[in-house]
Amino acid sequence: MHEFDWSSIPGSLPFLWQGMKVSLEITISAVVFGIVWGTLLALMRLSAIGPLAWLAAGYVNLFRAVPLVMVLLWFFLIVPHLLESLFDLPRGADVRLISAITGFALFEAAYYSEIIRAGIQSVPKGQMAAASALGMTYAQAMRLVVLPQAFRNMVPLLLTQGIILFQDTSLVYVSALADFFGAAYKVGDRDGRLVEMLLFAGAIYFVLCLGASRIVRHYQNKLKTA
Amino acid sequence: MISMNKVSKHYGTFQVLAECTTQVQKGEVIVVCGPSGSGKSTLIKCVNGLEPFQSGEIIVNGISVGDPRTNLSKLRSTVGMVFQNFELFPHMSIIDNLCIAQLKVLGRTREQARDKGCRLLDRVGLGAQAEKYPGQLSGGQQQRVAIARALAMDPICMLFDEPTSALDPEMVNEVLDVMTELAQEGMTMMCVTHEMGFARRVANRVIFMDQGRIVEDDSKEAFFEHARSERAQQFLAKILHH
Ligand SMILES: Nc1ncnc2c1ncn2[C@@H]1O[C@H](COP(=O)(O)OP(=O)(O)O)[C@@H](O)[C@H]1O
Ligand SMILES: [Mg+2]
Repeated sequence: MHEFDWSSIPGSLPFLWQGMKVSLEITISAVVFGIVWGTLLALMRLSAIGPLAWLAAGYVNLFRAVPLVMVLLWFFLIVPHLLESLFDLPRGADVRLISAITGFALFEAAYYSEIIRAGIQSVPKGQMAAASALGMTYAQAMRLVVLPQAFRNMVPLLLTQGIILFQDTSLVYVSALADFFGAAYKVGDRDGRLVEMLLFAGAIYFVLCLGASRIVRHYQNKLKTA
Repeated sequence: MISMNKVSKHYGTFQVLAECTTQVQKGEVIVVCGPSGSGKSTLIKCVNGLEPFQSGEIIVNGISVGDPRTNLSKLRSTVGMVFQNFELFPHMSIIDNLCIAQLKVLGRTREQARDKGCRLLDRVGLGAQAEKYPGQLSGGQQQRVAIARALAMDPICMLFDEPTSALDPEMVNEVLDVMTELAQEGMTMMCVTHEMGFARRVANRVIFMDQGRIVEDDSKEAFFEHARSERAQQFLAKILHH
């Protein structure tokens, strides 16, 4: 029987915290960028301009049809070369974080755009008509009337997607980037306490994600009663 | 003020509007009625370009609605419209509902807009509700806010699309009273409504539509005394005797 030994956890907390910061940094940047780019994709897809709608649909379908880990690997392999050729970076500069964020953001945008598209369509058509009848342009009506209502309805779904994204950040291990999961793995590997460290990391993910989804549920109920 | 000449619209092979022709003079109140699905909403939405049409011509205050060079947003900002389902913006307070287009479309200052908004709310009897949200108001109150919101733009004419048909019966009159007052002040109005009492009180002319056609377009006296078409007679019989 395996004897549990948790002694490597206290000393490695600062290192694990560094990893957690990487995970959160990727999550937050990808959520923000993913929502912005996802909104643009959704607007393109709903637009009356054929080629724009077609382009957005192609993008969304492409990214939804390939595994995330593959996208991350592509970006891990491509982005450094791209950046080096564009910006003349110092040799060996660490662009893994940037390539990870780019990969996540572009991938998540495809999912966000579908959530946002459904959200826009859930706003009654009459709202756009009323805004237009007041003399607002299409862009003003979208920005001032339709999108605020769409986002208010979508917040729970967007946050839930953010929680999934937070869990998925552990996939950056393919680029040997030390996020929280990667950091826990390294410590466990170093001390020969892999099982304990992975159990500990799992418990942290569990607590954080459960807490976050509770908050989302609470907000959702508040929306319903409002 | 509004002139329509042979306006036609179709969805595929389905003809929604067939060569509709009519005129609305400044200060006139026109009531549009007819059975459900006869094209009343479509007709009235063509006036401010919310619905495109395929042929014919609509001129509003000298501007051609169908002309691709027309700045439709600008034209719409001069034509007030009130919808069956109010369509207040639920994420904004009542006063913000009245101010938003004044600020963003007309470029008024916040002070001017609030001032105007408050005055109009007082006028429709809702001055005390300014800071509430649409969801906290009754249907009749919401529709009065919607009328005030349209008036805040200082429109040259007003379009109403069945403004009372989503309301509980006891709230119909509070909305009709506001509309009657507006008509008596000389506002040019085109109202889709089945409220024949309102039509008798304030309309100058009544238009009766059936299957996308303007079947009757006559003074209200002529319409109520001796509607020419059988369809209109049937319609009147049904609506007045129930
Ligand atoms: N987007 C659409 N596509 C096809 N038919 C439509 C569409 N919108 C309205 N119609 C049809 O046009 C006709 C007129 O509609 P409408 O103007 O709303 O009538 P009313 O307001 O008199 O009840 C109806 O038969 C309706 O089914
Ligand atoms: Mg209608």
